[in-house]
Amino acid sequence: MSRADAAADGRRPGEGRGQVAATGELGPRPSVGFRTLLAKEVLRFWKVSFQTVAAPVLTGVLYLLVFGHVLEDRVEVFPGVGYTAFLIPGLVMMSLLQNAFANSSSSLIQSKITGNLVFVLLPPISNGEFFTAYVAGAMIRGIVVGLGVFAVTAWFAPPPVRAPLWIGVFALLGAALLGVLGLIAGIVSEKFDQLAAFQNFVIMPATFLSGVFYSVHGLPPFWQSVSHLNPFFYMIDGFRYGFFAVSDASPWLSLAVVLAALAAASTIALAMLARGYKIRS
Amino acid sequence: MPAALEAVNVVKRYPRVTALDGVSLRVDEGEFFGLLGPNGAGKTTLISIVAGLTRATSGGASVLGHDVVTDYREARRRIGVVPQELVFDPFFSVRETLRFQSGYFGLTHNDDWIDEVMANLDLTAKADANMRTLSGGMKRRVLVAQALVHRPPVIVLDEPTAGVDVELRQGLWAFIRRLNRDGHTIVLTTHYLEEAQQLCARIGMLRGGRLIALDSTQALLARLADVQVTLRLRGELPAALRARAVEQGDGRWRLRVDSAAEVEGVLAACREAGSPIDEVEVGHADLEDVFVQMMGADREKVAA
Repeated sequence: MSRADAAADGRRPGEGRGQVAATGELGPRPSVGFRTLLAKEVLRFWKVSFQTVAAPVLTGVLYLLVFGHVLEDRVEVFPGVGYTAFLIPGLVMMSLLQNAFANSSSSLIQSKITGNLVFVLLPPISNGEFFTAYVAGAMIRGIVVGLGVFAVTAWFAPPPVRAPLWIGVFALLGAALLGVLGLIAGIVSEKFDQLAAFQNFVIMPATFLSGVFYSVHGLPPFWQSVSHLNPFFYMIDGFRYGFFAVSDASPWLSLAVVLAALAAASTIALAMLARGYKIRS
Repeated sequence: MPAALEAVNVVKRYPRVTALDGVSLRVDEGEFFGLLGPNGAGKTTLISIVAGLTRATSGGASVLGHDVVTDYREARRRIGVVPQELVFDPFFSVRETLRFQSGYFGLTHNDDWIDEVMANLDLTAKADANMRTLSGGMKRRVLVAQALVHRPPVIVLDEPTAGVDVELRQGLWAFIRRLNRDGHTIVLTTHYLEEAQQLCARIGMLRGGRLIALDSTQALLARLADVQVTLRLRGELPAALRARAVEQGDGRWRLRVDSAAEVEGVLAACREAGSPIDEVEVGHADLEDVFVQMMGADREKVAA
């Protein structure tokens, strides 16, 4: 073995300290590079968890207090389900989705703008590892915030949990989809205001108009059919099905729509990474 | 034996500019190589392509025989790059930054080496300080440390001493020289030509995306007459000497001569012309003279 090879294997020429672990493509065992990037992504938001976890939980609780208080006695969405209980899964999912998006998008754009993305681009990390680490980091933040909102709001009006498997499936898939969308937004945006536009004009309307605060059955027919074109509607509706075993659409249809959206978004994100679009230009 | 770094006919076109216009370059293992050129010459673009940060429009590059695109994992494991911009991740401390960087390269249990690198760069006292709190010079040291966590056989430093105080500059060069002696290949870009002359055994000069000179530092210096005479005259410079003189202002003239013996002739010519000499300084041409001449000559060629 040449001196250069020894050094490349993680040893200084003529010395044998430091250990190098296998860094193959994402195989049965995730590589050290991938795990490190994921750990960095999680630690990044955890170090400022007051802002990234506590703040969105408080926002969720405020929505519940205001809307729940005002509408509790006026609206019964599903038979036997009070409005506050109905609202809780919607708020949990909305917080989860928004925070998953915020994590991957803001992490990426901050690294792009400050220039420290170079530290992730120089090492032998594949596009697949890069993609998975950012999306998994976003999922963790989304799910932590969702759990936080649930823990606090459920205290006001504990909703039933009729089909927990659906809850888990939609939480994971929703977080993944928004993590991927955040990654795309982070890749495409060059400035913070471009990212903010994506967040304010796409993500916020899509989450608000998806049935977080109401059942789309209560909408006029035109807006009902518009809602059915919104993938966010299926994520929230499917998630809610896990609690009440009642929903506007079949959970299987919702699952199909969310999986299709996830596949499409992932294909776009991976194609952008493969081309080096705006990242290795 | 594969080259430490090799670029073959690298072209990089952006919508409005051609940053690299067919650059071929080979740096052998163990070399201390300097890449020089004015701003916008394409130095950073070339380094970015070799490091896999930018894709070439055409042509290819490799690190120790590993193509930077098709065999990027092996190529990137073998190269450490100190970027020009003073970038850092404000969320983490120095030690966390270096641990993450090790992990990205697939290294676990790398703390001994991290400690050693920090000690060599005088970072030990700041190991647990957040990156935000460090001075510019300290951040620069962390960038160097980050490039070394995976013990790369090839180390590329892009303007590592820009805006760095003298003490750090000297400490940094002592450390880089030692790495070179230990067998690491060093590629350096710098604006300080004096540094390049002292450190680099071979130099490539880029201008407008083309390599306009590639030779040993010795040979480049020998291209210019190796003796320079600077005179301060009270009168006019004799017309016969004008062709090879550059006016420095304040009655000073700088002349190139081929040998020390010729100095005598220059002095005699001035005396005969009735221009008393107040000061004489004899010295060797330095890399800056070569650089100015190369960049100027190329400009004339382009103009013609």
